[in-house]
Amino acid sequence: MKAIISISLRGGVLDPEARAIAGSLESLGFDNVRDVRRVRRIELDLDVADRDTAEEQVRAMCERLLANPVIEAYEIEIPA
Amino acid sequence: MRAAVITFPGSNCDRDLAVAFERILSCRVERVWHRDRDLGDVDLIGVPGGFSYGDFLRCGAIAARSPIMADLLRKAEAGVPVLGICNGFQILTECGLLPGALIRNRGLSFVCRPAGLEVASDRSPFTSGYRRGERITLPVAHHDGNYVIDPDGLSRLEDEDRIAFRYLDNPNGSTADIAGVLNRRRNVLGLMPHPERAIEPALGGGDGKRMFEGFMEVAG
Repeated sequence: MKAIISISLRGGVLDPEARAIAGSLESLGFDNVRDVRRVRRIELDLDVADRDTAEEQVRAMCERLLANPVIEAYEIEIPA
Repeated sequence: MRAAVITFPGSNCDRDLAVAFERILSCRVERVWHRDRDLGDVDLIGVPGGFSYGDFLRCGAIAARSPIMADLLRKAEAGVPVLGICNGFQILTECGLLPGALIRNRGLSFVCRPAGLEVASDRSPFTSGYRRGERITLPVAHHDGNYVIDPDGLSRLEDEDRIAFRYLDNPNGSTADIAGVLNRRRNVLGLMPHPERAIEPALGGGDGKRMFEGFMEVAG
């Protein structure tokens, strides 16, 4: 079973890299970019039979390692 | 006195820290590998700078989950002093011993230079060798030293006098110019500047040496 995790900085945490990307886009003439958010994507291939177990495990992985809840928010997607 | 210095894959200030402990505290230093599970009977634990695991995932994230960390957490809770420098500070926030997190410097550049600091609290075994409000200089060398904490966490740090050092000229965008923080019990200090690189006038000044001398006076 596949799981896709998207991890991004929480609102309110200023992301210097996103700001640099926005600045660079602007200098290239793309002057209509209102905001840039960077999202890290992690894909897992799990040896788990059912969806609920997969989701529960991936949530535990996010809480314990994959995301830092102090600064990051995450979303889990388990495609059918 | 006995001290332990932990080495992770990618640590590069572990020897400097061990030398500082040995020379200034005149103690025996155990060099402990991150896969070990026991720090031994120690009076002081050093978590050194470097780039553990190449800063993969987030700086300090993977090191914070190494086998040795369970014993470090146990000993810190029992009151053993723990000093985390640079990557060591990042590891101590990642494992939850210290609040907040360290992200990419606001200017995006690696910053490597002497940094002026204000001693914000002298109430800890690591800062008792300084006077509150005193200005000192320690080298910084980091890419991810931008300290982030939410407003509630910041007021808690301020109310409990847990900000140990502040930058005089903020090099990385850190919230409230924070360069180092203490845990509630005040036995754990994490800081981005490198006191272990400032223990010889010939090499970067002597202001770091006073951290170890102050510790010696309290703990020795």
